[in-house]
Amino acid sequence: MNKVMSNKSVIALYVIPSLLLILALIYMPILLTGYYGLMKWDGVGKMSFIGLHNYTELIRDELFWNSAKHSFLLAIFSTLSLVVYLIVALVLSAQIRGANTFRKIYLIPMLLSSVAIAQLWLKIFHPTNGVLNHILASLGIEHTPEWLSNPSIVLYAIFIPILWQYAGFYILIYYAALKNVPSSLIESARIDGASPWRIALSIRIPLIAEVMKVTVVLAVVGSLKYFDLIYVMTGGGPNGSSEVMASYMYRKAFKEYDFGYASAIGFFLLLICLVMTWLIRRATVTKDSIQYS
Amino acid sequence: MQIETIERKTVTSAKGSKLPGQIGYGVLYLVLAVVAVIQVFPLLWLLLFSLKNNEEIFNLAPFALPERLRWENYEKVWTQGHISAYFFNSVWMTVVSVAVTILLASFVTFALTRMKWKLQSFILGLFMVGLMIPVHSTLIPLFSLFTKTHLTNHPLSIILTYITFNLPITIMIMLGFYYTLPREVEEAAVMDGCSVNRIFFSITLPMTASVLSTAVIINMIYNWNEFIFVNTFISSDKFKTLTVGIQNFIGQYTTDWGAIGATLMISILPILLAFVLLSNRIVEGIAAGSVKG
Repeated sequence: MNKVMSNKSVIALYVIPSLLLILALIYMPILLTGYYGLMKWDGVGKMSFIGLHNYTELIRDELFWNSAKHSFLLAIFSTLSLVVYLIVALVLSAQIRGANTFRKIYLIPMLLSSVAIAQLWLKIFHPTNGVLNHILASLGIEHTPEWLSNPSIVLYAIFIPILWQYAGFYILIYYAALKNVPSSLIESARIDGASPWRIALSIRIPLIAEVMKVTVVLAVVGSLKYFDLIYVMTGGGPNGSSEVMASYMYRKAFKEYDFGYASAIGFFLLLICLVMTWLIRRATVTKDSIQYS
Repeated sequence: MQIETIERKTVTSAKGSKLPGQIGYGVLYLVLAVVAVIQVFPLLWLLLFSLKNNEEIFNLAPFALPERLRWENYEKVWTQGHISAYFFNSVWMTVVSVAVTILLASFVTFALTRMKWKLQSFILGLFMVGLMIPVHSTLIPLFSLFTKTHLTNHPLSIILTYITFNLPITIMIMLGFYYTLPREVEEAAVMDGCSVNRIFFSITLPMTASVLSTAVIINMIYNWNEFIFVNTFISSDKFKTLTVGIQNFIGQYTTDWGAIGATLMISILPILLAFVLLSNRIVEGIAAGSVKG
């Protein structure tokens, strides 16, 4: 057994093609991003080494911090919306007939491309012909908002399709985790006279703490690198009021041809994602991990 | 499934058919139904306006049916708007990338779970850390790499990145299944003097058919919806896929809502079809691939 199953040439044949791909197209590029960040470079011509100039520039760049602020706001909104998703999942797991169908319906938007979602919501938000303002007008609201061209509400408006897109995903994860909580625990609590609320707060939610931690990481890191939908819907506008870190990086590279500076942003984005992952995991370490399978 | 039925029984016996319980359930259903409506109505509105002309969209109530269904919107964008070309690009690039990803990921997962070698956990770690890397941090070096190797504006740049960036998640989906797969058949095959390649292709691979289909559908959805790589690496219409193609198309026909609606419907129809046929697999795949971060 051992001899056949540790045949080195077969192992090499099976692993090396994939390994080369991820080394060449994932790991080498992230190192190069950090390296290009030390250069002045327009993407085609010669690079010239300028040390940490791009990085010190980045720290002083108000437009960048503005976009970072928007990214972190989206991360906070996304984390808060997890509470809503958790409540829906708790309702779903309350012995609802058709729970399986509901969770599948919820999932539909998540399967569509962000580009299609963005184009659809551009129409939904359309000030005069969009369905949203139609509905608001029929409810008697006279001054319906210009969702995407008003700088003070555009970021909140953009969060609506994000909420819509990811609802099914998080509900699905929470529902699956809640289904894994052994029914014997819930049953004995019920016999002891605990209310459904009490059971949810003291038994079900603590038992899925590990999964919740993962979803917080997903929501935060996912928001920090959010791009497609915003790029298509507003391109970061009007006047930078919906710019996020990834769209700012893209603008610097592919519109302003400042590849060195954009690389510095890309490297910073990578560091921020890794640090946030680490921080959230650390901050929420469960004292003794609970087993429930 | 078993747990669900047991739970349901205990609840009915505990609650009986008390009236407050029934009202409570009514409220829960209402919550779930409202969420379902929110998730589906934007898409229903899209379907309706893809079958109307501008006059009907702007003057009729949002959810009113048009005088007659204007399928000519679909015909127009399919034949005049390059949409058919974009569609077929999406199809073949998705199919090729998925096939290669599945094969390579199966090789790696087999080597990681069935064979014995040093560095196993290190290599597994490399693939899993790949899940956390934001694609934007790799974008500029990849663009520069493909420019140097003359692969920009070439389908290979898209296919290679799709394969590479989907390998980690595909391996992750497969790992769980491989761990639970019994090894007896393989052990017997080794005793009979079977080679590793034969064991992999004629014993293990067929046994993983169910997880393969899950991995295929998840890969399909990811590739079909991908935007930023195509938008960055491909500039000629010849190789654009649907996500980028509809961006172009809509840029040219901004005022023709019916045409835009038809384009969006065409871009999401394959996903909706896959959803109707394979929703269980999709749910499984998303749940299996979600616990990353």
